[in-house]
This record gives sequence, structure tokens and C-alpha cells, in this order.
Amino acid sequence: MRISLLLDMATESFADRVALGTQGDGLSYAQLRVAALNARRAIEQHPGRVAYLGLNSRSFAVALFASSLAGRPFVPLNFRLTDDVLTRLVERTAPCVLVVDDDMADRVPEIAGVVRVPRTAFEALYSDGTPSEGESDGDDAAILLFTSGTTGEPKAAMLRHSNLLSYVISTIELGSAEEDEAALVSVPPYHIAGISALLTGTYAGRRIVYLPVFSAEDWISLAAAESVTHAMVVPTMLQRIVDELELQGRGLPALRTLSYGGGRMPLSVVQKAMRVLPHVDFVNAYGLTETSSTIAILSPDDHRTASSSSDEMVAKRLGSVGKPLPHLELQVRDHQGNVQPPGSPGEVFVRGEQISGEYVGHKTVRDDGWFPTKDMGWLDADGYLFIEGRLDDVIVRGGENISPGEIEDVLRSHADVADAAVFGSPDDQWGERIVAVVVRRGTVSESVLRDLVRQQLRSTKTPDAVHFSDSLPYNETGKLLRRELRKQYR
Amino acid sequence: MELKPGSRWKSLVCSTEAVVVRSPSQPVTLECGGVQMIAHTATGVPAAGAPELMKGTQVGKRYLDTDTALELLCVKSGEGTLSASGRLLPMKDAKRLPASD
Repeated sequence: MRISLLLDMATESFADRVALGTQGDGLSYAQLRVAALNARRAIEQHPGRVAYLGLNSRSFAVALFASSLAGRPFVPLNFRLTDDVLTRLVERTAPCVLVVDDDMADRVPEIAGVVRVPRTAFEALYSDGTPSEGESDGDDAAILLFTSGTTGEPKAAMLRHSNLLSYVISTIELGSAEEDEAALVSVPPYHIAGISALLTGTYAGRRIVYLPVFSAEDWISLAAAESVTHAMVVPTMLQRIVDELELQGRGLPALRTLSYGGGRMPLSVVQKAMRVLPHVDFVNAYGLTETSSTIAILSPDDHRTASSSSDEMVAKRLGSVGKPLPHLELQVRDHQGNVQPPGSPGEVFVRGEQISGEYVGHKTVRDDGWFPTKDMGWLDADGYLFIEGRLDDVIVRGGENISPGEIEDVLRSHADVADAAVFGSPDDQWGERIVAVVVRRGTVSESVLRDLVRQQLRSTKTPDAVHFSDSLPYNETGKLLRRELRKQYR
Repeated sequence: MELKPGSRWKSLVCSTEAVVVRSPSQPVTLECGGVQMIAHTATGVPAAGAPELMKGTQVGKRYLDTDTALELLCVKSGEGTLSASGRLLPMKDAKRLPASD
């Protein structure tokens, strides 16, 4: 069974609902399916995978489902990489059909085994023809996503059809979206969130509106113009959207649910978002590429309860990622593999059908199905999961494990601090010392900030140095690039 | 018949197809329209369904056998009624998680 089954079922159940685009000019599920069947024919004329280099578009959706129908792995590529890195990834993906935006076609040279199909040609080919039914034999690998590794070459994470189907079917009911629902997707097509948005939107029957290039103003305009009811954003996007809404002095009356994920969300941003959009249901969705996206959710009720609670333990949950999905198993383990009691931090492990943990050439998922996420976290007494950060980002100072996120939150709580990043730097005496880089909006001094941390946390968690900068390095999905900072501030 | 999670079955009396979401706690015979279902990739002789067992299945709906906890997801609608060893399978109540995508 393949992920194209989702489109088959959607077509059977609500063929004429708009799948992609505007109400007036959109592609229905039936039309999307016909397009995918047409494109399949073209794909089957060549061996290998289907790579996609381009922005979010109908072609992305058609190419994804067409690949599935043809039984070929679909490989969306990160167009923000440099041309030579991209070229290497295309070489690794070959043999393949490469569907590429017209204005990106020059970025990769001719490569043996790569059949290049510019978007305009792809659109012509899927719009034409008499589709033939029937399932082709094929690969169990549905999607390959190159993850940005911290060292060396990007790894190709592999998601099987069974992983993705399990995730969608376990969390969504077919056609559960109301007819007036519309989802604004601005997360990139090469990110797991972009893939799962397409799959869950299709199965739910919720029209998808793409914003191929993000800006807060464009996002707000599109959300208003299309009466968008649902959206998924990464933390930096949410911050900009909320700031812009405040600036414009407006709300978004049609918006019902705003989900966020893909990186650590500063508490101050969530709180501000809830203030600026009080009628909106907020959802924090935590997951990884290797887990087919979401494995834990902080629900709208969780947000409201935590926000208005005077109980410290409950209020704290606004900074959690919520509870693991009911059909999954999740544990926090120490470095020896022992399951930790509530309150004790360790590495987050997860097991379930949607979990992959496989890459091309190797896997990190254990034989018993447990997957080490390499995220550090802890569970509270009621099962709410708190993520401290990547295991790799943990600072080890004088034998003590210190997570940067906690210190960053304290720094950000100062009125003069717009943003903060904390990381470890090699130190002969301590092993690592704690370094903070702060983006200021006022004139606060290093010593005031160090005192603030000392008061609120512990003296051993006080940054050894605080530098000031105009900005911090983030990737386009909002992940803070601590390794860049480590290099810069050696 | 081994009803493994993820296995897909088709009806011989109609177009119904269903996927096992949760295996039964004991062996059962999965039927549609009263006739045993076959593996989705197999070929079989079409049969006539028992008239009282032709109430229909709906794509996207889940069907549950409370006796064995067998749970099926209908992936293709049809005219037959699903049953497990003669027990009719009622539709399961849909419980939704908040949208996260």
C-alpha cells in the first residue's frame, strides 16, 4: 500500500472538492489524481527515483503522488543549498527524473542518468492524456529527505509508505475537514512538515493554499484573501506574523487553528501569539523527519489551561511539546539506556509504526523498534514532554550537563533582549565554557545579563561571556544554527 | 487467514476493500456480504452476497469487532457488510486529534 492510497480514498469520497489552490481556480482531488496518473506514465519511461527541485506548487503535489503511483522514491531537494552541494545531492539521487522549476534548471549541470523535466514541461505532460489505472510494482521507500547534518555529507532519511500511512491514518479521519476549511502551507516542500501537510490535507479533504515564498505581509494577505482556517508555521515565521499583525493592528477572523513546530518556540512568542489571536486554537507539534513528523502534541486546550493556571506545574506546560500521540510509545532514557522517572532528563526514544529511523545505507533505529531521537528532554508527572534541545548542543561544563535553552529563555525574558543563543566553547579548565550571543534592542550590559541568569538559575549556569550581535544565524525553517556560532566565537 | 496490521483484503461480492488497523486477539474469518474476503493481490471468483448482508461499507470509516478488538479501515466502498466469523462489524466512532499539519 502506498501513500497514493490517500489520494484514491479522497477522490472516492469527495472527488470534486478543491484540493489545491483557490475555490474558483483550484484543482479538485479527482483532477489531482488524473494529473498524477498522467505524470506516472512519463516517470515510468525512465529508471530510478523522482527528484524535485522547486518551490511549493501544484507540480510538487502531482510529482509526489505520481512517484507513489509509479512505485518510485520521491526526493524533494533543498533549493537554498549552494549549487555545488545541490549537484552532489542530485548525483547521489541518480538515476532519476528531476522535476525542476524553470528558473532553477541551470543550477545543476547535465548529469548521466538524470532526466531533467522543467516545470512548464511537467505541467504540460500531466495536464494531458488518458490516465491508465492499476498499481505498478515498486519500492517501499516513499520519500527520501536529505537532512542537514552537523558534520560531513547530508544523510538521506528514508520514509516508507507504511510509516507515512500509519501517521496519517492514525491521526486523521477521511474527509474530516469541513468544506470551508483551507490550509495555508508556507513550510518548504523539502521539509517533512511540507510533505505531511500535503498528505494530511489530502486525507482530511482540506484545501491547500501554497505560499511559495514566505514574508509575514504576504502570509497575512493570503490568509485573509483565502479565508484560511488552518496553518502550520515554524517558530521564526510565527514571530514575524504576530509582530506584523500587531503593527497592522489587525486579526485574522477566519483562522481557527495555528500549528507550529520544527524548532524550539520561545515562550514569549507563543504568549504574544495567544494575545494577538485570542480566538485561535494553537497546537505545538513536535516531531522529526525520521518520525514522519509529529510524535507529540500540545493541544489548544493545553495551551489555554497552562496560560490561565496559577499552578506552577500546569503553567509550565506552555513550554512543553505536550503529550505523545496515543498510538506511540515514548521513553526518556539516561545514557546507559535506563528509563528515567518523571522529572529526570535524558534522551527521548520513541517507537511506533510511523517511526522510520532509517537512512540510505544505514539506520539508527534499534532492532526492537526503539528510535533514539538525539533530543534531550524529560516527562512531567502527568506525561507532558519537555524538550531541552539537541543532545549535541548540551554543554558539559565542569562535569555538569547544561542545556542552552533554559539559559536562552532567561536571557530573552529581559526587556532589552530581542533574541539570544547559548552554546559551549572549548575551555582548558572547564572542558567547555558557556558563551551567550545576544541581540539587543536596548543598552543592557553583559554584567546585568549574567546577574539575571545567576539569580534565576544557578551560578554554574551563568554564561562565562556574553557577546552582542545584530542578528543570530537561523536556517530557513527557523532552526538556530549553534554550530555557526561556535565557529564564529571560538 | 492471517489478519496482520497493514494487510489489505477485498470482497468477492462487491468493491469493498479494507485494511487491518489492529489484529484480532483470536483468529477470525473476515467476510463481506457473508463471503470470506481474499487478499487484495489475489484473484477470486466473484460471488453473490447474502441479501441481508448487503448494507454497504463506506470508504474512510473504521469497523470494529468488539469481541476480538479487530479494527478495519475501509479503503474502498462497496455494497456488502463487513463481518468477522459471522459477527457484524459496527462502524467505530471517530475520535480526532487537533490538526497538527
